[in-house]
Amino acid sequence: MQLLFETTIDGGRYIDWLLSGLGWTVLLWLGAAAIASVFGIVIGCGRASTSMTYRLVSRTYVQIFRNIPLLLQAFLWYFVFPELLPTAAGTAIKQMPPPWASFVPALFAVGLYTGARVAEQVRAGVGSLPQGQREAAHALGLSSFNTYGCVLVPQALRTMAPSLTSEALALLKNTSVAMTIGLLELTAQAQQMNEFTFRTFESFSVVTFAYFALSIFIYGVAELITRRLSATKVAAVGKAQRQA
Amino acid sequence: MIPYDFGAIERALPYLGEGMLFTLKLTAFAFVGGLVIGILLAVIRHIRVPVLDRIVWTYVTVMRSIPLIMVLFWFFFLVPLVLRKFSPEGLSVSVSPQLTAFVTYTLFEAAYFCEIIRSGLLSVPRGQYEGAKALGLSTWHAYSLVIVPQALKAVVPIMVTQAIILFQDTSLVYVLSLTDFVGAASKIAQRDGKLVEFYTFAAVVYFIVCSAFAELADYLRQRRQAKSDVRAPTPIAVTAAS
Repeated sequence: MQLLFETTIDGGRYIDWLLSGLGWTVLLWLGAAAIASVFGIVIGCGRASTSMTYRLVSRTYVQIFRNIPLLLQAFLWYFVFPELLPTAAGTAIKQMPPPWASFVPALFAVGLYTGARVAEQVRAGVGSLPQGQREAAHALGLSSFNTYGCVLVPQALRTMAPSLTSEALALLKNTSVAMTIGLLELTAQAQQMNEFTFRTFESFSVVTFAYFALSIFIYGVAELITRRLSATKVAAVGKAQRQA
Repeated sequence: MIPYDFGAIERALPYLGEGMLFTLKLTAFAFVGGLVIGILLAVIRHIRVPVLDRIVWTYVTVMRSIPLIMVLFWFFFLVPLVLRKFSPEGLSVSVSPQLTAFVTYTLFEAAYFCEIIRSGLLSVPRGQYEGAKALGLSTWHAYSLVIVPQALKAVVPIMVTQAIILFQDTSLVYVLSLTDFVGAASKIAQRDGKLVEFYTFAAVVYFIVCSAFAELADYLRQRRQAKSDVRAPTPIAVTAAS
C-alpha cells in the first residue's frame, strides 16, 4: 500500500484523494439517508393509509422511483431537471461550484430512490401491526397524523430494524452511482488513482477496503440501535407483565 | 425554453433498438447463468460441504458488500488476466469488454441468487428431506428431484423481482462505455445535444417494462400467498440492488 503515500499530480499524496473520496461518499450517504427516512416514512404511511388520494400519490411515487434505473435517475436530475425549470433557476443550478453541481443531483437521485425502497419497508412494517393498534388510536381520539406519528410508525420501525439495516448498506453501495455524474467519491477515486498510476490492484484494493470498513461501521451502529430497540421492548413488556 | 424535438428519437430508434437488444441479452444471460451457479452455491451452503462452504460464504458476502460499479472495475481488470491464463495461445487472446460484461454480471448475480435460493431451501419443510432420505435417494437425487424444484417454486416471485433489478442494473455497464440501452441513448443524446428528449425517453421505456414485470411479481406473490395459507410459509425476500 505504498501507493497511498506517493505524490500525486496535484502535489498531494494519494491518501488525500482517498480521504476526499471517502468524505464525499460519507456526506452523500448521510444526506441521502436523511432524505430517504423522511420520504420513506411519509410515503410508506401513505401506502398503508385509508385515504384514497394519499394512497394513490404514494403508490405513484414508489412506482416511478423504483422502476427507473438509479443511473438514469441520476442523469435525469443532472441533465434534464435543470432544463425543465425556468431558465434563471436552471442556470443557477448548473452554475453551482464544481463538486456541488454534481453532489446535489446525486443527493436527490440516491435519496429519493432509497426513499421509495424504505417506503415499501414502512408499508410492510405498518401492515404487520395488529389492526387493534389503529383502532385503539382512533378510539382514543387521536388524529390520523398522531395515529401514525405516535402509535404506528414507532412500532413499525422497531420491527423493521433489520431490513432497514440492509437498506442502509444498499444505500452505501448505491452512492457509487454519483461518479457517473462527476462526483469524485470513493469509486471515482479508485478509477482516478488507477488511471494515473496504472497500479490497478492497489488502487482498487484500497477503495474496496474503504467500502468494507464503512459497511462494517454502519452495520455495527445499526446493530447497536436494533439491540437497544429490542432491549427497551423486552423491558417494557417485562414491566407491563410485572404490573399485571 | 428550446422546443423539444422528439422526432430525433424516431430517427435513432434502430440504434436504440440495438442497445436494448444488448441490455436484454445481458439480462437473460446473467439471469440464467447466475441462476444455475446460484443453485450450485446455495446447495453447497445448505449441505455445509466442509471448506467449500466457507469459500462460498466469503464469495457471496464480498460480492454483496461492494458497489456493483466497483465489482465491474475489478472484473474488467481480473477477467482478461484469468481468461488469458487459461487460453492455449497465452498472450495473443484479446478479451472483448462485452464478453467480460457477460462473465461479470453472471458471477455477480450468482451471489444474489445463492441467497435467494438458500431462503427457498430453508422454506422446504423438514419432512421432504426426511422423506427423500427414507426413500433411499442419494443426496444428488434428493436435491435435484425433490428439494431444489420445491425451493425454486417457492422463490419465483423473488426471482422475478431480482430479474427486474438485474435489468435495471445492467445500465451500469455505462461506466465501461458499452452500448447498452442507456449507453445508446446517452451517445446519441450527446451527439445531437438532445439530452432531455433521450434521457426522458429511456426513463419512460424502463418505467413501462419494469412496472409491467413488477405487476407480474405482485400477482405471483399474491397467488402464492393465497395457496400458502394451506401450505409452507413464504421465504423472506433477500433481494438487494446494485
